[in-house]
Amino acid sequence: MNHAAEDAHAEGSGRLFLFIWILLLAFTGIEVVLTYQNLGVHLMLLLLMGLSVVKAYLIIAYFMHLRYEKPSLAITLIPPLVVVLCLLFLAFPDSLRLLHLRPR
Amino acid sequence: MASEDVMHAQDTGASAWGGGAAPYAIVSKKLGMWLFIISDAITFGSLLFAYTYVRVASVQWPTPFRAWPSIANASLMTVVLLSSSLTMVMAVRSARIGRRSHAVRWLFATMIGGIAFIVLHAREWMGLIDEGVRLFKNPWGTPLFGAAFFSLTGLHMTHVGIGVIYLAVIAFGQAAGKFKPEDVEVSGLYWHFVDLVWMFIFPLVYLMSARLG
Repeated sequence: MNHAAEDAHAEGSGRLFLFIWILLLAFTGIEVVLTYQNLGVHLMLLLLMGLSVVKAYLIIAYFMHLRYEKPSLAITLIPPLVVVLCLLFLAFPDSLRLLHLRPR
Repeated sequence: MASEDVMHAQDTGASAWGGGAAPYAIVSKKLGMWLFIISDAITFGSLLFAYTYVRVASVQWPTPFRAWPSIANASLMTVVLLSSSLTMVMAVRSARIGRRSHAVRWLFATMIGGIAFIVLHAREWMGLIDEGVRLFKNPWGTPLFGAAFFSLTGLHMTHVGIGVIYLAVIAFGQAAGKFKPEDVEVSGLYWHFVDLVWMFIFPLVYLMSARLG
């Protein structure tokens, strides 16, 4: 592991945290602005989810310190979570089927 | 990686996975909190999925959130929670470098952020209930809007409330010198997780249901 980065993190990168916070606020602002751009539903969802994943990465990696832990921890925690969440998506076609079954 | 007070594999001369050393080089209470966070993330993922499922399957999903006051209020809540994550990370840093009184102050700042979030959220709930939104009934469209909205945001608000209590315990314990820096860090993990969930609730529930035009 990069010791310089570790020491910077451990001892005094209040500035790094401030920078991450500003990034998070900026992405939130972008999301709010996007809301009023009258984009299509799918594009909107894609952009919002993409930005949310970026924000999630920033919080997990820097605020929750995962970037500075052993890689094995991240590998143990994150991929299974992603797999489980993707498994949920398998049921989405069912909701579309329900939509089309509605009486007109 | 000498920052954690655990038995490192390199100290015992054994493999990291052979037993006798902390495999991830972290204290077990931290690993325990991470595992809890992953399981709780799945719970919130399921609720978010259920919300999305019901929304996709319905013909007339309400979009009641006007720019003012609803989206503005939700955006303010997001800023408040993100700022509380910043104060939390400062608390962990202060605890790590041994400045206990600073850590306690940062912890109190985080708690205030959490309480502010709950107050803003509760006011919003009262506003919606006043407009006639119930669990299975609302004046605008699909009856399940209320159930989906209140259960998702309600569970999140409960987590924030529990977090505030948890942080109070840690703050008072820190002030009394009872807890170690790693205890502050573990409580920080929980708090950041609560913020993380909101990062997904805010766009999916509020921004996607904003009243446009």
